[in-house]
Amino acid sequence: MTSTLEQLDERVVERRTRPRRRDRGVDPIPWWLKLIGAAVALYFILPTLIVIPLSFSAEANFKFPPEGFSLRWYENFFTNPIWLSSLGNSALVAVLAAILATIVGTAAAIGLNHLTGRFAGFVRTVLMLSLVTPAIVVAVAVYISFLQWHLTGTPLGYVLAHAALGVPFVLVAVTSSLGGFDQTLLRASASLGASPLRSFLRVTLPLISRGIVSGAIFAFVTSFDEVVIALFLRSPTFQTLPVQMYNAVTYELDPTISAASTIVVVAVTIIILVPQLVGTRKNSR
Amino acid sequence: MTTTSHPRRALRPSWLLLVPALALLAVVLLFPLLQSLVRSFGAPEFTFEHYASLFTDGVTLTILGRTAGTAAVVTIVTFVLGYPYAYLMTRVSPRLRGILLVIVLVPFWTSVMARNFAWVIILQRGGPMQSIFEFFGAGQVVFYGSVVGVTIAMSQVLLPFVVLPLYSSLGSIDRRLLLAARGLGSSPLVAFWKIYWPLSRGGVVSGLILVFTLSIGFYVTPALLGSPQQSLVAQLLATRTTQLLDFAGAGALGILVLTVTLVLVAWANRFGGTISAIGVVSSPQTKGN
Repeated sequence: MTSTLEQLDERVVERRTRPRRRDRGVDPIPWWLKLIGAAVALYFILPTLIVIPLSFSAEANFKFPPEGFSLRWYENFFTNPIWLSSLGNSALVAVLAAILATIVGTAAAIGLNHLTGRFAGFVRTVLMLSLVTPAIVVAVAVYISFLQWHLTGTPLGYVLAHAALGVPFVLVAVTSSLGGFDQTLLRASASLGASPLRSFLRVTLPLISRGIVSGAIFAFVTSFDEVVIALFLRSPTFQTLPVQMYNAVTYELDPTISAASTIVVVAVTIIILVPQLVGTRKNSR
Repeated sequence: MTTTSHPRRALRPSWLLLVPALALLAVVLLFPLLQSLVRSFGAPEFTFEHYASLFTDGVTLTILGRTAGTAAVVTIVTFVLGYPYAYLMTRVSPRLRGILLVIVLVPFWTSVMARNFAWVIILQRGGPMQSIFEFFGAGQVVFYGSVVGVTIAMSQVLLPFVVLPLYSSLGSIDRRLLLAARGLGSSPLVAFWKIYWPLSRGGVVSGLILVFTLSIGFYVTPALLGSPQQSLVAQLLATRTTQLLDFAGAGALGILVLTVTLVLVAWANRFGGTISAIGVVSSPQTKGN
């Protein structure tokens, strides 16, 4: 997927840069277009711009711009048992769901890699289905079925549901890294006497590890941030952080949510950006 | 021996590798949806009653209409804002283009609850948005607890689905065609309308269908920013299930929404790989770029 965007960019750059230099005077960007562009850019980042300053407010209200400066909402987040246990539950569910999604998703990607034809296409579509089915429709159906199976309000129920949502991301990431994988390497390792399992562990796995890692990260983030299914699966004894945030906005009007929001936004940004930066450095070496 | 056994060995394990993923999807997605399909036809005795009552109970049809209307407005807003932004992206320097691309992806990695909470703050009564409108003498506009606020919040997160495919299709249009038209004496507006717009249409359609489709299923945003009096279909589905315990009715409504969604996605797919487009858009690697 990186390559998709890069190719796209290259194509654009190639077409664009050459003529542009010469005809800058003939073909300027109108000022009103720049203005619209700036306004839309602001629209994209507005929620982030609001949430971060609000979390340092000294007042117990939702007023913006915030009044005063304090760390009381952060203090409350890290001392209040309800917020802390929700954070712990979310982390637990997200880690387990990411592990499950990564294992089954990677296996499926490797399996589909050898297969062509109608049925393989059908399987791929089924595995990607959760990307387009509305979350509320899935949530309602899962809620009723999980009630019968006594899975609502249990960590297992959350993990299963969230793992299914993570599978498409693992599938896409691993499939894309398998695209550059040379199958003759497996034949070479088999001819040198390696068992299929050994070939997989020593040859395939290291070569597709970047795809697996990025799929796992996205499965983690998807689960950590998921709120609709979590709202239906919650119980008084087990709820995740997004559900507690939902409660804070709708029923409790608890300003701690601004600190929670900032923490989640910063954490997710770090989780996504850090492996990217590490990966780039490794590549350029 | 190796040559004869090789094809079989390469084929067999492949199918087995699909089993765990399909089993997971079956338990979480397919089986529950199948159960609600069965329930919607009235489990013990087959009936269309639950589907018929969707159209005759008076409430459902109104809410479906309001949902479609909201989705249509969101689609128009994302198009009107997304087209100039994507166009601008193809015109600026590579450095600024990179920044604009990262900004487009920000809504994807802002947490759902953080984003919706932020919109509550911005759109609330006496909040920043209303203050701005008051300054311009339009203080009576109500954002919070209305479809207007829901539309503003939904358009923000759906805009990338229009901007990214458009950016790719606009980027491949040769602008020298426009210069040629200008050189032959056409006005900028006519040159745009006759040459640029027809060439860009391909990227528009699939993005817009996708935005409309995704709008239909929004639950958290209308639940937080809308009001029960102006509820959308997702809220109706939730109420039927958890409060009225009308599982059969909710099943019928859910299957209807799901069918409409899948038909629209299949339609959008004919204009370009939509499902894979979502994959590209939401993959962490793209986010890092």
